[in-house]
Amino acid sequence: MSEAIKTDVIIIGAGPCGLFNVFELGLLDLKCHLVDILDRPGGQCAELYPEKPIYDIPAWPVISGQELTDRLMEQIAPFNPVFHFNQMASELKKLDNGHWQLKTDADTVLEAPVIVISAGGGSFMPKKPPIPGLEEYEGKSVFYSVRQMEAFRDHDLVIAGGGDSALDWALNLQPLVKSLTLVHRRDDFRAAPDSVNKMRALVADGKMKLVIGNIKQVTGENGQVESLSVKTKDQGDIDLSCSRFLAFYGLTMKLGPVAEFGLNLHENLIPVDTEKFQTSEPGIFAVGDINYYPGKLKLILSGFHEAALMAQEAFRIIHPDKKLRFQYTTSSSDLQNKLGVNDKDAA
Amino acid sequence: MQINVTDQNGKRHELEAIEGWQIMEIIRDYGLPIKAECGGSCCCATCHVYVTGDWLDKLYPMRDDEDDMLDETFDREDNSRLSCQLIMSEELDGIELTLSDGARP
Repeated sequence: MSEAIKTDVIIIGAGPCGLFNVFELGLLDLKCHLVDILDRPGGQCAELYPEKPIYDIPAWPVISGQELTDRLMEQIAPFNPVFHFNQMASELKKLDNGHWQLKTDADTVLEAPVIVISAGGGSFMPKKPPIPGLEEYEGKSVFYSVRQMEAFRDHDLVIAGGGDSALDWALNLQPLVKSLTLVHRRDDFRAAPDSVNKMRALVADGKMKLVIGNIKQVTGENGQVESLSVKTKDQGDIDLSCSRFLAFYGLTMKLGPVAEFGLNLHENLIPVDTEKFQTSEPGIFAVGDINYYPGKLKLILSGFHEAALMAQEAFRIIHPDKKLRFQYTTSSSDLQNKLGVNDKDAA
Repeated sequence: MQINVTDQNGKRHELEAIEGWQIMEIIRDYGLPIKAECGGSCCCATCHVYVTGDWLDKLYPMRDDEDDMLDETFDREDNSRLSCQLIMSEELDGIELTLSDGARP
């Protein structure tokens, strides 16, 4: 097991609320590590609606999910947060010294006196197609993500899906594999046009196949896939023999291991008080869409407010002997130093 | 005004509807099993419903983004719609809908 990384606060989830936690905690000199299952910051804003305009962020009449994420990243940059992407927070336990130890599914071990759960609607997990018996093959010859490209070398590979993940991996893996077939429901792709053009060129050159249809059945033995049965519009049912199957049907949110952390839950949400946004476990906070209290509204701005109040109590837990002084960024040279704006903005 | 919603277990519910609301919101407000994880912004497909019979023709036509999202489901039919894209109006009084399995929370 790797050695524990020690920090002040571990934040689960790097969506807008997770990022703003860093800001409020940073103003109080608290250092943060963030864990997120996605490969980049932004959470739902980045994964579900990067292009969609948001109209209810104070002082931003309109801002896209991606732009909001980018602005928050810029705002928290002075506090040097450390990100652990592509990892799911999987286990939480209390240590003898009163601190919390968080393990991820990539074996990262973090230790801190304070945990903030800002996991939104939960972890983004792959949508699984309703193919009977598919679970027998998962992790053996059927996958929903690529961890190592080498694992596909010289295989007969089928990729399903029409988005960027499906197209990007088709293009990346094509030179390695023995054969490649892309299966999509219709002959129209949501992926970037450039990737679609490259894919079509490979199909035209006979370097890969494109099949329009729905995968209905899997056959194989002992977890080793041998063929997939595809229902097509123009050719009827066809069988594709293959030794690896990669399915990219998008992501959906599930609460996941957070449900096993031993916290009280209310319909898959985490109840908190409205003074500190602390959960049933002292030192564990929940901020943003994942928390619940009377009158809760699932708005980004609610999460921002919650982050500010959470940070006050986090400070008291981490520095029980220090007095917390409330300061404004407009007037406090101390805060301005932390933000790195004092020199250039000083009168 | 009302909408009639059959849930994934085949039970039919008569819900009082409010003009101008997304039908997804009405269903969610009654506590029926609908995930609606993106909150009604046509960014997921977890408010997917089937529209019964002639009611389909009374709906505002589907936009491309709804079409794309429905394509991500595994149980799309010719009468599939995303209920977040259906706005309650007088013409839809009495509409019959069935919740898809993919909308289950």
